[in-house]
Amino acid sequence: MSIDKATAAKVAKLARIKVEDDALPALAEEFNMILGFIEQLNEVDVEGVKPMTSVTPQRLKRRVDQITDGDQQALVLSNAPDAREGFFAVPKVVE
Amino acid sequence: MSDLNKLTLSAARDLLRKKDVTSVELTEACLQAKSAGMALNAFVHDTSEVALEQAKAADNRLAEGDASSMCGIPIGIKDLFCTKGVPSQAASKILDGFRPEYESTVSQKLFDGGAVMVGKLNMDEFAMGSSNETSIYGDVVNPWKVDQRNLTPGGSSGGSAAAVAGDLCLAATGTDTGGSIRQPAAFTGIVGIKPTYGRCSRWGVVAFASSLDQAGPMTKSVRDAAIMLETMCGHDPKDSTSADLAVPNFEACLTGDIKSKKIAIPKEYRMDGMSEEIEKLWAEGTEMLRDAGAEIVGVSLPHTKYALPAYYVIAPAEASSNLARYDGVRFGRRANISAGDGITEMYEKTRAEGFGPEVQRRIMIGTYVLSAGFYDAYYNRARRVRTLIKKDFDDVFAKGVDAILTPATPSAAFSLGDMATMDPVQMYLNDVFTVTVNLAGLPGISIPAGLDAQGLPLGLQLIGKPWKEGDLLNTAYALEKSVGFVEKPEKWW
Repeated sequence: MSIDKATAAKVAKLARIKVEDDALPALAEEFNMILGFIEQLNEVDVEGVKPMTSVTPQRLKRRVDQITDGDQQALVLSNAPDAREGFFAVPKVVE
Repeated sequence: MSDLNKLTLSAARDLLRKKDVTSVELTEACLQAKSAGMALNAFVHDTSEVALEQAKAADNRLAEGDASSMCGIPIGIKDLFCTKGVPSQAASKILDGFRPEYESTVSQKLFDGGAVMVGKLNMDEFAMGSSNETSIYGDVVNPWKVDQRNLTPGGSSGGSAAAVAGDLCLAATGTDTGGSIRQPAAFTGIVGIKPTYGRCSRWGVVAFASSLDQAGPMTKSVRDAAIMLETMCGHDPKDSTSADLAVPNFEACLTGDIKSKKIAIPKEYRMDGMSEEIEKLWAEGTEMLRDAGAEIVGVSLPHTKYALPAYYVIAPAEASSNLARYDGVRFGRRANISAGDGITEMYEKTRAEGFGPEVQRRIMIGTYVLSAGFYDAYYNRARRVRTLIKKDFDDVFAKGVDAILTPATPSAAFSLGDMATMDPVQMYLNDVFTVTVNLAGLPGISIPAGLDAQGLPLGLQLIGKPWKEGDLLNTAYALEKSVGFVEKPEKWW
């Protein structure tokens, strides 16, 4: 499978990373190199093998369904690039 | 007493307990060594004031006679660990200015035990790299040098490795997703252990690939690793994958007796074109274990070859998801935007400016392998192969094998800049011997095993059974005694 410039642009868009047009061919080439390396996996017979979900057989622990944390608005906002009136501020979202 | 920074952790502990030295003295020695060692670029955020306060508090605890093994020990903390009020930015521009309002569980456990933070340590950006050349803080330089060239300390825990090998602190925390503790430990002639997945809490450690990431100690000896690991381990309700198992006294496991232990040599680790030096080192290590009374058996781990390609699907996939949080909204750095830019442009510019090229590459590969139409072909296939890789190990351990001996790295440390013109895959090959261990969730330890012809350290790796770090450390301890590696880098900085 080969990645072209358009696919590279689509991936960059999905990843929300701005890539300039003139950088796309090199990016596509890098993707192809890495994917070429990954293609080796096609040699493996995985018929009937389950995809791993947890490397150690463990059951997720459960706890009582009650509030254990909260009321930390100032701490939560303390590292925001732009926080106003108790909220995270962002550029216009709705057209 | 001079050169307190050169002590091992265990020697320092013994001196502290005998009141022959104070934590303040040890800490001051390390702070001086750190200032004198700027050329290594290992430490990035200064925490001298915190360190001296912690050292005084540790001395008070020691005076009261109620102190753990880590009490008063000056250590470095990898920048991947969130440390309350202290910059923690995973060596990335995108976390510029981030000061966590919380402490990672592992660093909290170390501080509760009385450890002293000398400073935060350089690393590859978001732990993605094998040479510490992707850091926003610049390259770390290996204290080992044989000519005018500056060598890589390995990565991603390159700052931790250089700081410990260069005696800037007594020990350091590292993290390991594909080899990031063991490879730099091997490149700098120190000990590094990645425990079983789930041993150390991942809470508060900046996430790279959550199903692979584990923290561990990087130290000057196996005993030091046992002491520090014990303090770092333990169940944490804040990490759902943290194991609720008792933590053994790892130091007490170090008897040096490995009689009748079964050590396996996996034939697939004998790579085509493997250097004679590595081969010789491996054979010598094998003989040493045999001489110490272990039984040596040949085994096969048939899917070894597919570990790296599986890793380069799974790790980027998880990274693309984990790193989605860096969007310029809640923390870290936001790019300047132009008039008329909406939120999407803000995200795209923030992430393009904030992430370095290797991190961008991995996020995009991860995005691709998880995208509609490719999820099964890449991601699910890689997870199936991962199941097979783990089964390879399960089968070997089911035959009564106690540990597996392999080389730690395919070569000694290379020059900084050497890989710049290579394609990314060449750099990935550094982790060929270590990455299987992360995929299978097993404990693995790298110990220095000798010098190559140029005079650079080489490491051997021992892989253990899940949750049997004590036994693994003991085998490593026996090998360490047989090897008798005492070489240190000549101070040039």
